[in-house]
Amino acid sequence: MNASARAYEPVIGLEIHVQLSTATKMFCGCRLSFGDPPNTHTCPVCLGLPGALPVTNERSVGFALLIGLALGCELAQRSIFHRKNYFYPDLPKGYQISQYDEPMCRGGHLGDVRIHRVHLEEDAAKLVHAGGSGRIGGSSSSVVDFNRGGTPLVEIVTEPDLHSPEQAREWLTLLRTTMRQLGVSDVNMEEGSLRCDANVSLRPVGSDGLGTKTELKNMNSFRFVERGLRAEIERQRGLLEAGESVMQETLHFDPADGTLTPLRSKEEAHDYRYFPEPDLVPVAVTEEMVAAARAQLPELPAARAERFERDLGLEADRARQLAFRAELGDYFERALAGDGDGVDARALANWVGGELVARVGEADPAQSRVQPDALASLVDLVGAGKVTQGAAKQVLDRLVAEGGDPTQIVEAEGLGAIGGGDELADLVDAAMAANPEAVQSLRDGKDRAVGAIVGHVMRETRGRADGGEVTRLVRAKLGL
Amino acid sequence: MSDPLDLTATQAANRIAAGELSADELWEAYHRRASADDLNAFTWLAAETTPPGDESASPLGGVPLAVKDLFCTEGVPSQAGSRILEDYRPPYTATVVEQLRDAGAPLLAKTNQDEFAMGSSNENSGFGPVRNPWDRSRVPGGSSGGSAAAVAAGLAPWAIGTDTGGSIRQPAALCGIVGLKPTYGTVSRYGMIAFASSLDQAGPLTRDVTDAALLYSHMVGHDPRDSTSLAHPETIERPQQLDLRGARLGVPEELSGNVEGIEPGVRDTFEATLDLARELGAEVQPCHLPHAPHALAAYYLIAPAEASSNLARFDGVRYGLRADGDSDLRGLYEHTRGQGFGPEVKRRIMLGTYALAAGYYDAYYGRAQRVRTRIAEDFRRAFADFDFVVTPTSPTVAFELGARTEDPLAMYLSDFCTVPMPLAGIPAISIPNGLSGGLPTGFQICGPAFSENRLLGAAHALEQAIGFDGSAARS
Repeated sequence: MNASARAYEPVIGLEIHVQLSTATKMFCGCRLSFGDPPNTHTCPVCLGLPGALPVTNERSVGFALLIGLALGCELAQRSIFHRKNYFYPDLPKGYQISQYDEPMCRGGHLGDVRIHRVHLEEDAAKLVHAGGSGRIGGSSSSVVDFNRGGTPLVEIVTEPDLHSPEQAREWLTLLRTTMRQLGVSDVNMEEGSLRCDANVSLRPVGSDGLGTKTELKNMNSFRFVERGLRAEIERQRGLLEAGESVMQETLHFDPADGTLTPLRSKEEAHDYRYFPEPDLVPVAVTEEMVAAARAQLPELPAARAERFERDLGLEADRARQLAFRAELGDYFERALAGDGDGVDARALANWVGGELVARVGEADPAQSRVQPDALASLVDLVGAGKVTQGAAKQVLDRLVAEGGDPTQIVEAEGLGAIGGGDELADLVDAAMAANPEAVQSLRDGKDRAVGAIVGHVMRETRGRADGGEVTRLVRAKLGL
Repeated sequence: MSDPLDLTATQAANRIAAGELSADELWEAYHRRASADDLNAFTWLAAETTPPGDESASPLGGVPLAVKDLFCTEGVPSQAGSRILEDYRPPYTATVVEQLRDAGAPLLAKTNQDEFAMGSSNENSGFGPVRNPWDRSRVPGGSSGGSAAAVAAGLAPWAIGTDTGGSIRQPAALCGIVGLKPTYGTVSRYGMIAFASSLDQAGPLTRDVTDAALLYSHMVGHDPRDSTSLAHPETIERPQQLDLRGARLGVPEELSGNVEGIEPGVRDTFEATLDLARELGAEVQPCHLPHAPHALAAYYLIAPAEASSNLARFDGVRYGLRADGDSDLRGLYEHTRGQGFGPEVKRRIMLGTYALAAGYYDAYYGRAQRVRTRIAEDFRRAFADFDFVVTPTSPTVAFELGARTEDPLAMYLSDFCTVPMPLAGIPAISIPNGLSGGLPTGFQICGPAFSENRLLGAAHALEQAIGFDGSAARS
């Protein structure tokens, strides 16, 4: 990376749409669905038939309150819906019912990112384009599936407080976990229940101003968000370094080939003619509703991470990793609770977040064959010096493959640590004999040469020996 | 026994309940009469064989009902007077039509109207103008012109319509019948094809005040499918009142005095009715609604603004007209809407779109809403001193077909006296109060929100004293 490449700092703000997991749609009684045959969950209201009227789903208001509380927002006692007018086949009324200048929630923060506002709205229907590019331009025909139309959405808009694609991805993970903990959404990007737009601009490092921003639309996985942002930052950096200027526009990121293409200006040159929705009464939030929502609030990831750090002494990064992926945090806490001897929480956390995640990947470890208390007792064995780190990893491999009890595996496989007795001394002698050059180098003061001897012992014992103990013995024998 | 067609709906229902008349007989008589309609009042007529069933025990007795085209009726054309919805048959029925059917008023016919309720003469219908039974060369008023003409001509015992800026009261006045625009929210709008959501309200068009009260009493009610609806705080009673003792009537100078456009003949019957009110014991005094002269301007921003959005759904994608010949999405929209909407609808969509445009919103829509608030305050102040505010319903009697079609602004002036009340959300009733040059005039009484019982009572007392004879239109 050269100096000029470091001279710019990205400024990123996110707009996230979260589909709420209410039983029914935002303004009618149709059931929410995913993957059902097209147009099987529709009615006069969500089809926009003449004469039909919307009625606000009370549950969605409760969910929005939960979200507002979780994000520390200021909750409006009275908010109203507006109509956002534009023509598109996925919008059966010719307007979307949304909130405009009087949203339910304002302000707040999640982690170190400030929230600008949170509001309720309805989702559009799904367009399926046959032929062409899969977008409406150039397709030979398009059909509309209204099952999704009218699904309740919460739109969360952040302030431009993010400064790298990685940070954006990590923050989205936190947001997703928060929503999941609240029980307000499935937050499944593949099914579109969480969708993300990003605004991004560059500014010279050290500057407080904001450069011209572009908007990346509808990225449907966290990985694509990260990749899309990276591509767009590079594009903008290229323009700025070449002395050109960034044009304010909306871009589509194609994850297949990593390209960014501007959406046709016709599609975005909208005057939405917002005006208050006359078919709906204002949303009035009472003290009782807020109190009820507050009573429902579970422990949220940010608070959990703090507790892990404060009460259990976890390192900050590890605490966040476990708390932001709730299933890891849950697994960790079950393992911790199941162990009567009082396992070392820090070590256990490192095993869950490190070795176990390395083996099960994105899956929930609770679904694996490794029982939480099995992992806890393995960590205990390591802590007591009965199994070495290396051998314990082999035990974990077995647990992942077959499950079972670590103590039995250690015994059956002979993986118990070799203590400081004669057995180890003999092995060290043999290793020194087999590595005369290393012994000479050690005598010459090259401390690192001990590695060859330790490695020899480890190979012979399949990792059951304690490397530190081997080093101590070698040095003692050489009088060093 | 007399001709059942001479009976008011209430009289007919009473006869049916007493076993003196059969609902079938009444249905057949009306069906025969409606089939001979030469006013173009109907857009759809029930099949002759439609059995009303035994409704003798129901509150409305099986007395058939005519319903304005824009109420959705399952399986029956519901076109809002527009070619864009030609032969559109909805899969559901409007709440108010359902309520009336359940109360024993079977659907006889759908009535012609100005397209999407935009008009004051019924000449804006996509299905041809309706003629006034008092003089077939004249308009019946609008937009509920088909409902008004049908009831006046005895083609239907009673009807329902909708009022946004006068669309029940003005045609009722021009056809010599009674029309009630209720308090906003007391009748469900679910299933009413919307013109301007914050103003639209359904109400009865009937031969007399008693019929209006009976029909309205079965239209009210909170509908969980319309969140702007609410339960009427009072039970709607049959009006019995015969005098106006103690009633204070305010006559707003802004809507009755030397206002340009009020015809001398209309002024004469209005003054005569005020004299009659005094004789009945009322105290009649001038009053002021200082912002009322701005009501028309505010109305013609708010209503078109809402309409421009309400009518966006007619895009050719899901129902109604779809213009052929263009595979492009924009072309589909433009051709469908270009062919399907009539000129007045297009004019109002453009007006409304402009009024809501970024940069103009505050100057037009925003300011119109502020005027609306002032008008509501004017009424509140007036009702501190008066029980009712009264005006002529329409500045003129029924005009000749074609007389105002070239001049939209002259047409808009027809609503001058009726527009302030819906802006304030308050109820108003029009009753026939005489003839001018052989054509009916209307007397409008309005009161505070939810004052329908008092309004109907006062209207009943005046009606009895006036003794208007509408039989000429039925012959």
